Amino acid sequence: MRKTTLFGSQTEIELAIKQRKQKGFVGQVIFIAATILAVLFLMLLLLSVLDSVFGYMVVRNEIEPSKFVPGTNFTQEFSREDLERVAEEHLSSGILRRVIHEKPISDRSDKDLIHIIDQYIIKPKVLRTWGLWDSVTKQEAIEAFVQENEGAQMVFRSWISPSFITSDQSADPLQAGIRTALLGSLWIILITFLVAFPIGVGAAIYLEEYAQDNRLNRILQLNIFNLSAVPSIIYGLLGLAVFVRAMEPITSGSMLLGFSDNTANGRTILSGGLTLALLVLPIIIINTQEALKAIPDSLRMSAFGVGATKWQTIWYHVLPASIDRILTGTILALSRALGETAPLVVIGASTFISVDPTGIFSKFTTLPIQIYQWSARPQGAYRNIAAAAIVSLLILLLVMNSAAIHMRNKITKKKRLL
Amino acid sequence: MNDTENSEKRAHRTVLELDDVNIYYGNFHAVKDISFPMYEHNVTAFIGPSGCGKSTVLRSLNRMNDMIPSSRIEGSVLFDGENLYGDQVDPVLVRRQIGMVFQKPNPFPKTIYENIAWGARINGYKGDYDELVEKSLTQAALWDEVKDKLKQNALRLSGGQQQRLCIARAVAISPQVILMDEPASALDPIATGRIEELILELKEHYSIIIVTHNMGQASRVSDYTAFFMVDSNRTGYLQEYAETEQLFLNPKHRKTEEYISGKFG
Repeated sequence: MRKTTLFGSQTEIELAIKQRKQKGFVGQVIFIAATILAVLFLMLLLLSVLDSVFGYMVVRNEIEPSKFVPGTNFTQEFSREDLERVAEEHLSSGILRRVIHEKPISDRSDKDLIHIIDQYIIKPKVLRTWGLWDSVTKQEAIEAFVQENEGAQMVFRSWISPSFITSDQSADPLQAGIRTALLGSLWIILITFLVAFPIGVGAAIYLEEYAQDNRLNRILQLNIFNLSAVPSIIYGLLGLAVFVRAMEPITSGSMLLGFSDNTANGRTILSGGLTLALLVLPIIIINTQEALKAIPDSLRMSAFGVGATKWQTIWYHVLPASIDRILTGTILALSRALGETAPLVVIGASTFISVDPTGIFSKFTTLPIQIYQWSARPQGAYRNIAAAAIVSLLILLLVMNSAAIHMRNKITKKKRLL
Repeated sequence: MNDTENSEKRAHRTVLELDDVNIYYGNFHAVKDISFPMYEHNVTAFIGPSGCGKSTVLRSLNRMNDMIPSSRIEGSVLFDGENLYGDQVDPVLVRRQIGMVFQKPNPFPKTIYENIAWGARINGYKGDYDELVEKSLTQAALWDEVKDKLKQNALRLSGGQQQRLCIARAVAISPQVILMDEPASALDPIATGRIEELILELKEHYSIIIVTHNMGQASRVSDYTAFFMVDSNRTGYLQEYAETEQLFLNPKHRKTEEYISGKFG
């Protein structure tokens, strides 16, 4: 006979334990599988992007550089004298006059001259590009492709490069860069932060610390929750109607400056920043409210107990105690704003500009818009620069987030250790 | 002779007086018809079973109940003869005269120094802050333990030290009255003993009103005791108010006797 304990017979106990362990095991397997799946998809995304950023391309020059300087394959190999000579002798007279009018040839940098010679004389044309994986595995096919096309040559290219970051827009994917879009994104995010952060935190403080629990405030609260779920393109329509159209004298700068210095009308960085500020405002409000809720009432009471006013309590105790959480929420909201495309397209962000934004009344484009625009083109090389722009955007996001997290951690650490 | 006469006289000056006070939370009648005086330089203890409204009454003495949106008070609380709930009274200024120590130690998550100095600073204190910090911590019997770590976070102190810091913080704004809401209930017996000693020292300078669940504590530290009870509607009322010695040795009501001898509560 088996032993019977206080908790039932041995068999019963063993069975119960076995069942419990089985259930636990199934649960664990599901959780692990879900995690692995998520990581896999993320890896896949990163790999497919990175795959397009590096790889072989086959180019054919309209005129071979060796024709001007024997023994060279690329303009980059030209000496300074060769560069100046080729530019002066072989540019068509109209273009030469314009180039010299902008800046004399002798004053231009090597890079500048290479750019001009490539653009107007050599005219390299990308016939086809391959991703990194194909470049490694299908080398023979690529070489065969080169054989088929007379005068073509294969070049291994990293589509992301310092000159990709610092160059402006161009119709030629080999020359195009993201400087304009990068600056546009940074300007927009600055405006978004400056507008949404104080208003969002202020609204959250009102709702959490001051507002009475009445019907009006409950409706307000409910609507903020709803707003945070409104599709971003709707905010674009709102921005178009309010900031671009109705407030055009303000957003174009004509009211402040007395004139509008460009053709942007209302479609300026200011409009874009304000639109995105509207978009992230509910997120910042909700996050800040959560941060304030997490502060125990005992802290507020202790401040009131020594005769502090409500505002002194909030300013000296509640906000410092919750600032790290508030910043976390703001970082997340700004990351979302940085990646937004649809609302900015709706308010009429430029799709092709090569003029850097110089202030809040400038026309602009942003990285996501640039990516969208490039990836919509049929030619292969645009896909590669779109991928390179994606990687740049991801790096920008990472840099911004880690800077913000670093700042936040410093605050938290100071608070803990003192 | 003269001295005793003086202290007797002083001991009976009324500092706070509840006059027919009723407090409501929304529709809930929390306490009813409370009237009794509290004397200067005395310790008054509030005792009674859970839910009898003694903390509610305590918080009404420095308008802390204002923080609870649904709360409402009828009747008057006289502080030096002036109604704290009069139209002209600013609750913030009330709390600067009537300080508070809470059940759970709740120092600010800042330095020990700043814990003391902050209250004085927002009160516009113009004197020497170092001196004030030292004086307040000394009064709270904490100075010797923390004098070398004034720049340390107050949350790194032990629970008992934190509570004494909270007392020092209350003392630093030099109030007339200090309210204590079960100040030792979260502490171990040794820390509790130190708080009790401290209360006896502090009553030389301040009037102290303390809510406690601990009969022994009430009998050890207080001069007067108010015993609250709760009726069948869960509304609290004052059952008996007397000098502590009399209330504990010679209670007038049977309920009081049963409660202090531990028959219920």
